[in-house]
Amino acid sequence: MTSHMLTRSLDRGAAMFLMVVAACGILIPLSNLLLPAGSVLQVPTYLVALWGKYVCYAILALSIDLIWGYCGILSLGHGAFFALGGYAMGMYLMRQIGTRGVYGNPILPDFMVFLNYSKLPWTWYGFDMFWFAALMVLLVPGLLAFCFGWLAFRSRVTGVYLSIITQAMTYALLLAFFRNDFGFGGNNGLTDFKDILGFNVQAEGTRAALFALSCLALIVAFLICRSVVSSKLGKVLIAIRDAESRSRFLGYRVESYKLFVFTLSACMAGVAGALYVPQVGIINPGEFAPGNSIEAVIWVAVGGRGTLVGAALGAIVVNYAKTFFTSGVLAPYWLFMLGALFILVTLLLPKGIVGAFNAWRESARERRPAAAAASAAAEDGITEPDMAEERS
Amino acid sequence: MNVMDNRATSAMLYLDGVHVSFDGFHAINNLSLTLAPGEMRAIIGPNGAGKTTMMDIITGKTKPDLGTVLFDGVTDLTRLDETRIAELGIGRKFQKPTVFESQTVQDNLLLALNVDHSVKGTLFWRGSKPESERIDKVLETIRLTDARNRLAGSLSHGQKQWLEIGMLLAQDPKLLLVDEPVAGMTDVETHLTAELLKEINKTHTVMVVEHDMTFVRELGVKVTCLHEGTVLAEGTIDQVSSNERVIEVYLGR
Repeated sequence: MTSHMLTRSLDRGAAMFLMVVAACGILIPLSNLLLPAGSVLQVPTYLVALWGKYVCYAILALSIDLIWGYCGILSLGHGAFFALGGYAMGMYLMRQIGTRGVYGNPILPDFMVFLNYSKLPWTWYGFDMFWFAALMVLLVPGLLAFCFGWLAFRSRVTGVYLSIITQAMTYALLLAFFRNDFGFGGNNGLTDFKDILGFNVQAEGTRAALFALSCLALIVAFLICRSVVSSKLGKVLIAIRDAESRSRFLGYRVESYKLFVFTLSACMAGVAGALYVPQVGIINPGEFAPGNSIEAVIWVAVGGRGTLVGAALGAIVVNYAKTFFTSGVLAPYWLFMLGALFILVTLLLPKGIVGAFNAWRESARERRPAAAAASAAAEDGITEPDMAEERS
Repeated sequence: MNVMDNRATSAMLYLDGVHVSFDGFHAINNLSLTLAPGEMRAIIGPNGAGKTTMMDIITGKTKPDLGTVLFDGVTDLTRLDETRIAELGIGRKFQKPTVFESQTVQDNLLLALNVDHSVKGTLFWRGSKPESERIDKVLETIRLTDARNRLAGSLSHGQKQWLEIGMLLAQDPKLLLVDEPVAGMTDVETHLTAELLKEINKTHTVMVVEHDMTFVRELGVKVTCLHEGTVLAEGTIDQVSSNERVIEVYLGR
């Protein structure tokens, strides 16, 4: 009975979350484009871009919650998949610049001309086509996660050891992408984008459309995660999280499950990165910084791991706070605040904001029907379970 | 037990000359043991005798340094991992009850059912009538029908032990390894557990590790006493418990 109520209340939470995201995805672009600038209800373009960034972070947080909250895999390198998706999109945008670059080379992006490249490296082939870049956005993070996961999970690397090697992975990529001769723009990264699918990336209309698309991607990502965790596979993931060796003795191939969910999660992170890059206008190796990945884990912890809605909420709340605090006199202290936030959440709200809210409502509900059912049963003999079912 | 007749000559489980040492400590020392199909065997012995290590070897958690471990007469278990061994039909109940605490009793049994355990199979799983009927039947057997929607973590110790036995039933293995099923149970629960295991033994081969001699006596099956990783005595409960060495190292005078 308790579990029924839990799934139903979660369903209601999920429906509410989806409606809010959909409403934002429709109303914010409309308000930005249709209302006159300066009107109270008009959302300025810089805010659309900023909020679009938050939505991308929310998708990244969902992907982390899927593996950490449901399968117990704490990845401290998920920023790497996000950045790889971003680079794939950035490479497409670079090749769209064409002759409008400083050096006006129709094939080679500016940085290659500057570094005396004679021809396009093979890694850049195909990125002039959007469909190819879009495929790579999924494939590159997915393939890396698959290979990495295959080795790590098969060797039964778990817990803190896995976290450390994911951290090492993103750090290794950071160093590689910093190198000029690696062929992806070195420490300057990729920037000066002109257009995407023929639309100017700077234009208000394009920004509004990208925002709406990010909201749509968040909805789709949420629905995918939700259908995964509410399937029987989701139960197996939780079983692995809570008692890994017990799951093996029941005949579940734990490494296959981890590999599946880790790869799916990496693909989602890649999509988040790909939507992020045209909205912020730059991708550089800094995105691979280990700190970024750790920050993303903090969003999930703050929002509530294993709740999906909480992960997305945590990403938005923490990033809003970051924007707010880093733009004032408190700016130098932001990292201290973030650290303090993490410690406080771990100590006071171990289940995060959404987890604590669910627990509070659950306990309130358990008290109410018990009392209500007792009096009702005394009046007309209705049994307690019936009452509770009706109420929920 | 007539289903087993055609294989009466080959053992369900055959251990011969098994050795395992951990950092020089010989946990299992030249252990040889045979379990006939359809048999129930009780394993007793003092702490550190190697009872749990033996189960670890059979289920693939620990690899022996030396020796033969055959299942169903032909399959070499030392070459397989836990998942493969579970798929072959060996189920295990742990010493400390290990159920999936954050999931319901019903879901625990659903996870244990011996149906398609592949990623694809579980992702696109749809419940079926035979499956839910089997779960209902197991719930009835382990007397947890009323608790089916409760979280496994909220069960009492005895109920968790039973849920774990229920998970074994749902898994429906050929061989059940049951490690200390009545630890922490009341006398009534102990008695009911003995009845339950006898019932299970009608269709399955069972190996039970237990310290509770009253319980072992109640099972009324062949007993093997382990000591320092090897078989000390084997026979009926009366034969074993009157053995001088067994009294010395285990039962006490």
